Amino acid sequence: MIYYIIRRILMMIPTLLVISFLTFFIIELPTGDYISNQIAALKASGEQSSIAKLEFLRKEFSLDRPFFERYLIWVGLWPGPHGFDGLIQGNWGWSFEFDKPVDQVVGPTLPLTIVLNFATILFVYVVSFPIGIYSATRQYSWGDYGFTFLGYIGLATPNFLLALILLYLFNRWFGLSVGGLMAPEYIDQPWSFDKAMSVLAHLIVPTIVIGTSGTAAMIRRLRANLLDELHKQYVTTGRAKGLKENQLLVKYPLRMAINPFIADIGNLIPSLVSGSVIVSVVMSLPTVGPVLLSALQSQDQFLSGFILLFVAVLTLIGMLISDLLLAVLDPRIRLGGRASS
Amino acid sequence: MTMDARDGAPPRNVEHYVDPTPFNPTVTEEMTPEQERYYQASQWQIMWWKFKRHKLAVWSGVILIIFYLCVPFAEVIAPYGANTRDSQHLFAPPQPLHLFHNGEFVGPFVYGMTSEIDMETLQWVFTENEDDVQPVRFFCRGASYKFWGLFDADFHLFCPAEGGTLFLIGTDRLGRDQFSGLVYGARLSLTVGLVGVTISIVLGLFFGGIAGYFGGILDSIIQRMIEIIRSLPELPLWMALSAALPVTWSPVWIYFGLTIILGLLDWPGLARAVRSKLLSLREEEYAKAAVLMGAKPKRVITRHLLPGFTSHIIASATLSIPAMILGETALSYLNLGLRRPAVSWGVLLNEAQNISVVTVYPWLMAPVIPIIIVVLAFNFLGDGLRDAADPYK
Repeated sequence: MIYYIIRRILMMIPTLLVISFLTFFIIELPTGDYISNQIAALKASGEQSSIAKLEFLRKEFSLDRPFFERYLIWVGLWPGPHGFDGLIQGNWGWSFEFDKPVDQVVGPTLPLTIVLNFATILFVYVVSFPIGIYSATRQYSWGDYGFTFLGYIGLATPNFLLALILLYLFNRWFGLSVGGLMAPEYIDQPWSFDKAMSVLAHLIVPTIVIGTSGTAAMIRRLRANLLDELHKQYVTTGRAKGLKENQLLVKYPLRMAINPFIADIGNLIPSLVSGSVIVSVVMSLPTVGPVLLSALQSQDQFLSGFILLFVAVLTLIGMLISDLLLAVLDPRIRLGGRASS
Repeated sequence: MTMDARDGAPPRNVEHYVDPTPFNPTVTEEMTPEQERYYQASQWQIMWWKFKRHKLAVWSGVILIIFYLCVPFAEVIAPYGANTRDSQHLFAPPQPLHLFHNGEFVGPFVYGMTSEIDMETLQWVFTENEDDVQPVRFFCRGASYKFWGLFDADFHLFCPAEGGTLFLIGTDRLGRDQFSGLVYGARLSLTVGLVGVTISIVLGLFFGGIAGYFGGILDSIIQRMIEIIRSLPELPLWMALSAALPVTWSPVWIYFGLTIILGLLDWPGLARAVRSKLLSLREEEYAKAAVLMGAKPKRVITRHLLPGFTSHIIASATLSIPAMILGETALSYLNLGLRRPAVSWGVLLNEAQNISVVTVYPWLMAPVIPIIIVVLAFNFLGDGLRDAADPYK
């Protein structure tokens, strides 16, 4: 098992390198950079004094180097003006827009981003698991039809539109702002029990909004898997031998059906994370989503680059966890020597 | 217990029966006309039969066709231009259609609106004037436009009464008719998915084809590429890529830029499907025969292997269209995609960004409805197509 974990983690390194390169490439796509745009603006307004400072900053952040060198400096594999000082060394770059290091800008938003995403994954698991089992064991019952219908709607309703609709309805009916992280009266208040509860209450709606489509997909998948298993002969044999229905279900078909269920959530994670970004923007949650949007709009390259990378790493870790779970459950993967990537 | 008392026991005196017609030894191989029709039908014919049985998919297809009629005929269907401003009717509420006035049938009409300014909130307040009956005109001459940008015309399917207004779902902050906006917006919103999917199919076929046919190192490189792209969250990347589109571009270029961006991240799923299909089809005898007869890889792939899974490609492409429509909507909503004067459903939704404005003027949310309908319809249609794609199963 340990061997498997180590190999699985080592496999992430080349992936990370490729992803960081892609990210850097994408954020460098727009012509020019933040500082040269500023210089152009200052030149246009005829201000000469600050230009020298900006030129210095350009050197400082090695924006005058060629593309590959800049990438390596950013990652920390090449000496910059201050020696090796990049992502690997823990320097996440400088945000030009906020005039602060990136970690100070995104730092406060990171915990919430992680909490929100993991809450969503947990929500998907916890909700879809019992409903999937219910739908499969009581196929064609009213409950099954109801959940299938809800599932279709949930699958097709885009999450950011759902967020918008919910925001509107809550505002309309209860005069309640579901956006934001906490009720307005707690902002700038010291942490208390009530404030924590308010934060939790505000996390529920976004979690549901982001998780709906994923939950719907997982219910469908688990139902289909379990139905396949339930019609197999070993189930009939077990029943004929007098096993109790619940015991039979948990002991045999469920164990078979749960495997693809966990493998699938790995595929869902990218869409969950990407959903959390836009839902945060719509509901103005202080996660990395809104910061990313403003960084992209103002071409604050190190900031947006770091967030893109962070979001990608978050999905990779999610997939890693789902792979490890799968390995715990399925000895074929753990011992078979073939990684399930 | 006697024999007679038992249920289902055969009656005692059955006459020995012999069928006088001669025995036909091939009787099991002969087919009813029904079966014959099935066996002689082409693959596509059978798929169509199977698809027709999926009622929900068929109806979704019909709905989509109706929606897509807006694409060529937007100018005719919309009573107003997409960017026509009516400064007298800012944030005008929807005018409901009525049929009866004072118990008398008049045909579809709306009541005229009188507007006055509320001095306390400084908002325009619109009230329906129950005496002012404005019948909707059909097949009429109204606002002039350039049809397909080619020739001038002023023919509309329906228009407001002379001197009246017809805002079926209200107007926005500049007095632009929302309904017309939706009709014009369909043009970009609905085609963005089609163009994007085309790009994605081309890329998917190309990479999937190479990987599946040649295998080896090429295969594993492409596989790794697919894995990495699939493990990335789409939306943040779409956001970053579309933020990189120069602001100075014209809407047409931005539109094409967007479709390329949407297609660029979508192909891995398709490529993977193509690859696995190719891997299995490559082993079929007819493919081997073609290779042995000296056909070049290109010919084998395009002539012998591709037709074997065209239906699958169409089905999975249909399923990825809604994601692209949503992608465009999300990007435009966030101000990263299309901008006025281009009109798409996302651009219209952009007006609904401020939730307190939406609470006062809820009709700004209207674009949500067609988006959800179209996305649902594409999902059902794709499901039906996917089931029909394997008709022999």
